Amino acid sequence: MSAQAVKLTYREAMRQAIREALLADARVFLMGEDVGAYGGCFGVSKGLLEEFGPQRIRDTPLSESAFVGAGIGAAMGGMRPIVEVMTVNFCLLALDQIMNNAATISHMSGGQFQIPLVIRMTTGAGRQVAAQHSHSLEGWLAHIPGLKLLAPATLEDARGMLAPALADPSPVLIFEHGSLYNAEGELPDGAGAVDIERAAIRRAGGDVSLIAYGGTLPTALKAADELASAGVQAEVLDLRVLRPLDERAIVESVSRTRRAVIVDEGWRSGSLAAEVSARIMEQAFYELDAPVERVCSAEVPMPYAQHLEQAALPQAQTIVTAVQRMQGAGG
Amino acid sequence: MSAAAPLEREHDMHLLAQMLRVRRFEEKCVELYSAAKIRGFMHLYIGEEAVAVGAMEALEPQDAVVATYREHGHALVRGVSAGAIMAEMFGKLEGCSRGRGGSMHLFDAATRFYGGNAIVGGGLPLAAGLALADKLQGRARVTACFFGDGAVAEGEFHESMNLSALWQLPVLFLCENNMYAMGTALEREESETDLALKASSYEMSAWSVDGMDVRAVEEAARRAAAEVRDGSRPCFLELRTYRFRAHSMYDPDVYRSKEEIERWRAHDPIPALTAELRDAGLLGDADLQELERAAAEEIEAAIAFAEAGTLEPVEDLERFVYAEEPLA
Repeated sequence: MSAQAVKLTYREAMRQAIREALLADARVFLMGEDVGAYGGCFGVSKGLLEEFGPQRIRDTPLSESAFVGAGIGAAMGGMRPIVEVMTVNFCLLALDQIMNNAATISHMSGGQFQIPLVIRMTTGAGRQVAAQHSHSLEGWLAHIPGLKLLAPATLEDARGMLAPALADPSPVLIFEHGSLYNAEGELPDGAGAVDIERAAIRRAGGDVSLIAYGGTLPTALKAADELASAGVQAEVLDLRVLRPLDERAIVESVSRTRRAVIVDEGWRSGSLAAEVSARIMEQAFYELDAPVERVCSAEVPMPYAQHLEQAALPQAQTIVTAVQRMQGAGG
Repeated sequence: MSAAAPLEREHDMHLLAQMLRVRRFEEKCVELYSAAKIRGFMHLYIGEEAVAVGAMEALEPQDAVVATYREHGHALVRGVSAGAIMAEMFGKLEGCSRGRGGSMHLFDAATRFYGGNAIVGGGLPLAAGLALADKLQGRARVTACFFGDGAVAEGEFHESMNLSALWQLPVLFLCENNMYAMGTALEREESETDLALKASSYEMSAWSVDGMDVRAVEEAARRAAAEVRDGSRPCFLELRTYRFRAHSMYDPDVYRSKEEIERWRAHDPIPALTAELRDAGLLGDADLQELERAAAEEIEAAIAFAEAGTLEPVEDLERFVYAEEPLA
């Protein structure tokens, strides 16, 4: 009975995906800080060291540049590495390898080398861990040609994005929002690979498009609930793939609803939300009944105090207010 | 006369020929740069040839090479064709990187030549990863990683040395110490200028070699490569050398004295080996002429190949940003 539903968390779905990849291909291995003996900083790889041993579940020193670069080299040498960078904040220490090697070598060598590498990292704020542990830098990394970026926001995607990412001959970055790991839900027993090309409509509606990804998807869905009780039917589009963007899905949704609010935990200036907004203007300008709105994080280093952190982050109420403002402005 | 002598002579002639073709190739590159056939950044290896030539002798075809932006010589000696290298510098489709990389980014999958990395220290983590792949797949291969003394100050050097020693990765670290990180002298950039000593603190074999003596380099590289291959562990060589030319074509070379350069020129590895072979009666004028002729012929053919090359169609600009072929 493969269709039987199984209850699990986002964390467990991700662990199942890694375990399945390790079982499916002897070339797959996981490396990163505390992925082994500790069980993963966020508990994702718990139990994998015991099952697969230290050759395939490799604890690394705190050397982000070396182990990310080693992942690139190992991929070029025929392996299928999954590199875990504990959080997006620490990937700054490996940015040279990500940008100057992973993203360039295929093009710069005239297509001679493939880099089948997956880099997973936790992203986002909301847990009162202050400025240096709360970044959302997906927009920065989405700026870089040569990389593919995925943001699983659902259990289905947490379970199903890794396999196609590993099968991709180009480097793929997977962003796991820290607030999602404990999310619970049901997946069909035997759930597997999903597409890693298309955005997905998580809630249909005809009045406004709420465009979100990763950690802002639950916020957008909550806002859509509140709007529904006020009689406004919001469509919630989950970008899922941050590079290359699924422009068609964005344009189609906006063309139906004629209004768009982009919800992005990154800072507004130079954000992924800015990019999505620009594409809507370029391709769906005449479909719009109101200017595009953006709900982003406040442009401050993330503060520790809970009330300040919450004030800095995109909130459902802010989205609702933005939509109401558009309803008033539009025709 | 021992039976080994003719073989030794043949090998010495081979070393001389390799150094000579690298030297003449780059001298021609200077002319072509002046003629604007080659553009961008170009870093010459002139003076340092004994390092690449000696070290490559220790490598097998299945081994991998990771090099820096000063890598024309490494590519040539590794077996990338002079034509493909020259065409690359001409920006032609027939270049070893389709004209996308230029002088600093020579790549060649066939000879396992993994670039031409132009971020100082950026190749070291890559080399560790290539070696990790070999280790995990049970292959007795060496990844030779060339870098300069400047890289020793980079965090990526320390991280990669530590990781390689910790995981016993088969990397042959080849530090080409030409005493200057661009224009900054070694003693102005390193708290400890004995780089082999510094490397040995990572618990790997490390020693210094006269990088102006091609046979000393070869002997050391063979010993180190055997340790890497058979012991599956990293090894570090500091090759003390000197570049006779400026850092790049843009460098006015004001940070070192003419006298210092002249002192090092007296140790030029090519005249040194030439004189030695001559004195031993193993090299005559005709032999030397033949080496020069062969080098000139190869370089002329490379230039003709590059001249006749084509430009990659602009429509292909975005090709290979993402890999085109599915994974094997």
